[in-house]
Amino acid sequence: MALVDRIGEGLERLGGGVILTSVDALVDWSRGQSLWAFPMGTACCAMELIAASFSKFDFDRLGTFPRPDPRHTDVMILAGTITEKMKPAVRRLYDQMPEPKWVVAMGNCTISGGIFYYDTYSVVRGADEFLPVDVYISGCPPRPEALQDGILQLRELVAMESLAPGKEHPRELALPRPEGARYRREDPAPPQTADEGGDDQ
Amino acid sequence: MTSDEMLELIGRISAQHPRLYPLFSHEFGDAVVGVEPAELLETAVDLREAGFDRLLMVTAVDRGEKFVVVYRLQSRALTAAIFLKTQVPRSDPHVASLFGVWPAANWQEREVFDLFGIGFDGHPDLRRILMPDEFEGYPLRRDFEMPGMIRRPDYI
Repeated sequence: MALVDRIGEGLERLGGGVILTSVDALVDWSRGQSLWAFPMGTACCAMELIAASFSKFDFDRLGTFPRPDPRHTDVMILAGTITEKMKPAVRRLYDQMPEPKWVVAMGNCTISGGIFYYDTYSVVRGADEFLPVDVYISGCPPRPEALQDGILQLRELVAMESLAPGKEHPRELALPRPEGARYRREDPAPPQTADEGGDDQ
Repeated sequence: MTSDEMLELIGRISAQHPRLYPLFSHEFGDAVVGVEPAELLETAVDLREAGFDRLLMVTAVDRGEKFVVVYRLQSRALTAAIFLKTQVPRSDPHVASLFGVWPAANWQEREVFDLFGIGFDGHPDLRRILMPDEFEGYPLRRDFEMPGMIRRPDYI
């Protein structure tokens, strides 16, 4: 468990609900301002992901900056068709990202398989079969503006997080989530052992 | 190369190599020659010596009772390209590997093996290349079925 989570436990034990709320607001604000991205570009959506990072669309002004190392990043942007053969590699890279971490599914292929939904023998029909996806961005491919809007929506979700385990702050979302949806999706395939997907082997 | 030149080329190659038989030639300049599977390897050596020094692609077609293995050959000296085809029975599909003639056949033949299940005798490393190693079946065969696959509603 990360140190900040233990700080949250301690603050709650002190009965400091007000203190915790203030700390949460600060932590969530700072996390939301610098969502460094791991560009998991597996197919053509990666072109729009690259375009979003360059000068015309300038992802950097939102604090989102592509890093090629999962250990440096907060959000994995799944851009492109995920095949059955690629699935273990994607999952392993996700497991190597430090907590807290989020997943953005960019494009129809990562949402549902897209045009490969029918008659496919090799394509994963939706990244949420094996990853806890937070934000879905439809399009084939989505424009860079749509991706950046997805990151802004993710920032709203980050603002709901609390350092206290199992707690979340109610916030008003620009695009409301379905009734009863939790901020954190359950991980559909959590690592079985502590060292799985962890350090280099 | 014009279609007349291509026809002439096919005639010349077929005359020099009696194992080859012309199958088809159309006005876009694509020549197609066929060969019996037992004679594929020595024919390939002949064609390479005749100037076809480059193997562009290997693929296959599912024709029901038979599989057609298709090779695309190019000659830089003749500035021409031809198709070389051979038919193998579905019950026992295997042909000789052309890795010794054109090393480019290595991964291409692995792909055909992976997706069609056609064996290549003498291949140095015949295992799946695109699909996961534990995958069962050959997905580009027409009778391929897989649990969990969702058929298009208008699938014929």
